[in-house]
Amino acid sequence: MKRWLTLAWLAFLVSVPLWLTDLYVLHVLIITGIFIIAAMSLNLLLGYTGQLSLGHVAFFGIGAYVSSLVSLGFEVHLLPDWLVRLEPKPVWFAMLCGIAVAGLSGWVIGKISFKVRGAYFVIVTVSFAEVVHLVALNWVELTQGPMALNNIPALRLGIPGLFEIHFLRKPANYYLVLAVAVLAYVLIRRLVRSRAGRAMIALRENEPLATSVGVNVTQYLVLATVVAAALAGAAGALYAHYVRIVDPDVFLFIYTVTMVIMVISGGKGTLAGPIVGGLIFGLLPEILRAAAVKPEVQWIIYGVLMVLVVYFLPDGIVPAVRRWWQGRAKASADGPSGAPAVEAAR
Amino acid sequence: MSAGSGAELTVERLAIRFGGLSAIEDASFEVRPGEVLSLIGPNGAGKTTAFNAITGYCQPAAGEIRYRGTRLNGLEPNAIAALGVVRTFQKTNVFTGQTVHDNVAIGLHLRSRQRPLAILLGLPSVAREERQLAEEAREILRFVGLEARAAQLASALPYGELRLLEVAIALAARPKLLLLDEPVSGMNPTETASFMQLLSQIRARGITVLLVEHDMKMVMGVSDRIVCLNQGRIIAEGPPASIQRDPQVIRAYLGEKYASRV
Amino acid sequence: MDQLLQHALNALILGGTYALLGIGLTLIFGIMRVVNFTHGELYSFGAYMMFMWVMLAGANFFLALGLAVALGIVLGAALEFLLLRRLRGADIDTTMLVMIGAWIALQNIEQLTWTGVAKSIDTPFPSSPLVLGPVSVSWNRLFVFAVALALIAASYALINRTRLGKAMRATFQDRETAALMGVKIDFIHTATFALGSGLAAAAGALLGPVFVVYPSMGDLASLKAFAIVILGGLGSIPGATVGGFILAFMEELGAGYISSGFRDGMGFLLIILILIFKPTGLFAQKERIG
Repeated sequence: MKRWLTLAWLAFLVSVPLWLTDLYVLHVLIITGIFIIAAMSLNLLLGYTGQLSLGHVAFFGIGAYVSSLVSLGFEVHLLPDWLVRLEPKPVWFAMLCGIAVAGLSGWVIGKISFKVRGAYFVIVTVSFAEVVHLVALNWVELTQGPMALNNIPALRLGIPGLFEIHFLRKPANYYLVLAVAVLAYVLIRRLVRSRAGRAMIALRENEPLATSVGVNVTQYLVLATVVAAALAGAAGALYAHYVRIVDPDVFLFIYTVTMVIMVISGGKGTLAGPIVGGLIFGLLPEILRAAAVKPEVQWIIYGVLMVLVVYFLPDGIVPAVRRWWQGRAKASADGPSGAPAVEAAR
Repeated sequence: MSAGSGAELTVERLAIRFGGLSAIEDASFEVRPGEVLSLIGPNGAGKTTAFNAITGYCQPAAGEIRYRGTRLNGLEPNAIAALGVVRTFQKTNVFTGQTVHDNVAIGLHLRSRQRPLAILLGLPSVAREERQLAEEAREILRFVGLEARAAQLASALPYGELRLLEVAIALAARPKLLLLDEPVSGMNPTETASFMQLLSQIRARGITVLLVEHDMKMVMGVSDRIVCLNQGRIIAEGPPASIQRDPQVIRAYLGEKYASRV
Repeated sequence: MDQLLQHALNALILGGTYALLGIGLTLIFGIMRVVNFTHGELYSFGAYMMFMWVMLAGANFFLALGLAVALGIVLGAALEFLLLRRLRGADIDTTMLVMIGAWIALQNIEQLTWTGVAKSIDTPFPSSPLVLGPVSVSWNRLFVFAVALALIAASYALINRTRLGKAMRATFQDRETAALMGVKIDFIHTATFALGSGLAAAAGALLGPVFVVYPSMGDLASLKAFAIVILGGLGSIPGATVGGFILAFMEELGAGYISSGFRDGMGFLLIILILIFKPTGLFAQKERIG
């Protein structure tokens, strides 16, 4: 049943550009898709491993900037008399660089997070994102600062001589984002349902017990952070080569908050949670804008929603729906005592 | 079981201090291969502290702890578990949000060799190993008698079964030395009796057991030797019969009731 | 050398208000274990209150200052009562998320009410600065420094000399025992949050007339407050005080000798370095990681 549902859903998603004529809506879906990838990656860290990382946008932005810079080429003086220059590289290579550098910074944060837990970790991650923001803003020679990186090339894939896809137009980008999103989902699902995923969940739920059976805390914190950072970096790279302009605003804390809302309201520690949350909070701004609601009011609604979700649906929407669904199933069937429990945290 | 060079676990002149307070002072004892050694003593005598030190949850101020020759001082708990020394906790400690099966699956962490890259690539070896682990988890649940509960959330279990789950998780880590911290506290006599059975089956598997327990009937019934702590120091050591008669022990712990029987 | 002295003097003055921010947060963070993202909003609230009373209502500057602080205390108490009471037993992420939601809502209410245009506040002080040899300082800043010092002293007295302060310290040390000894934890929480918020509002009310007032001014203030708390050690007022001055000095010297763009980055750099090398802070009263 579940498999059919997933395939049907996937088929629907694939079909969208075929019938959706409003390109603006398609654009919104693409951006939402990119955010969903980022939210899924945050979910791995925040939801499954229980790490309060509030600097996630840093990885997104690093992916965006590195990918853009590598594809544009750059020239920078690391020291007054030491010029470093990079020629523009193909976009696919640049994206991989973005993912790699994002993953590397994830590794650094992961290592630090072992020493610094709970509330302190929150502050470190926020500070990290702010520092990166300030670097992007002030290292004008490299990043153009507030003037932004312009004319970022779009992705080109293909076999020279045979065929080539140039991801310039919206439908192509939609499929690219969908493909990466599906890939991200599959990777996270594999990780979460494995020994590594169990170790992460164990660390979140009960660290002393986890270590007593041999779980190495640092190893799994780092693994979770690296994978989460790399995926967020991938989202950032997709973003950069889709909108083709990147400025330091990409590091704004408000985007981390958006991702956090998506994960928490959708259901942290569930695979579907960030997708549901992403769809709601990706599309909500557009619906509100269409209803001529001022952006400030929109954010006030977000803030209030966050508080309400925490109070009334602390596990998020997906687990609440599951519970309701199982409640119905139980009520209608004469279930034996001890009917299977919720597929917890999956 | 390991013959050879004597003790499985040696604790030598162990001292554990918190700030100015001395929780354990100059404690030395050893655990022999295949035996069940019980640590007894009044509350606050330092028993759980000793467990914490042995398994890496707190650092000794002095002294040496050695397991089969390897020095345990300073090692992280997960490294000590990897050596084969696994503990349970005094207060009920399980992964409450997970199913009983998944609780044990987490305990099987050290049994598995899946590398992150293989996991991400979805290699068939990973799926194969997952099936194996699921089978092992079922086997362990059968061993402790919880197989009927496999799909239930740990939080749904009654108290006695929770304590069994704790032991199951610890057993999943394939200990050679198992440290049980008050495993039957809060259990009724039936549950205690069946736990004693389980303990003898654990022994039969060749696992050495270090036990902390207050239930004297159980202690006297299962132990090969007993070490008695009081206020952080070892005051007596020996087989159950001699401990029961030891005047120091009686004075400190067993109370007048037992003293009058001697 | 003169430059250095000037920077030092500026840092001293700035440090006083930073200390207020830090003390407020260390109390809240330390006693209630809440990652208080609304702290910066109380800061900007204080500044906007000054704007409202001085510029719109034409009130006396000093009266407005008192009002701003008082209103900050009230707002803090209200936030605690409405939002945090229910979450008393909850884990730290839950309260953190509620604080984030409140922060977003508050800042946007401010944006809606006052628009994003920066506001300036007139002061009753002479505009020509006081010149003391090689350095100069504006009367306004001198006033700010004096008031900040007074408030720091008052906080210190409150925590160490009053019954309320004693109860707060007891709650910080060991909540369960404090409750068993008859401390009304609910009241302590409300009082702590209210006082901490009042100090943040005071900092905002003092600095608002010095700089300009705009809706997102609280964000940096929040983060700097966290840096100060971490630097000084959770729950330590002397730590927060010293931390405030250290941060101000680092900012002034960094801005003066490295680059003004990185001024605000100093705080974050500081956080990261401290947490890597000495996570408990300089004056930690209690060993704490997480």
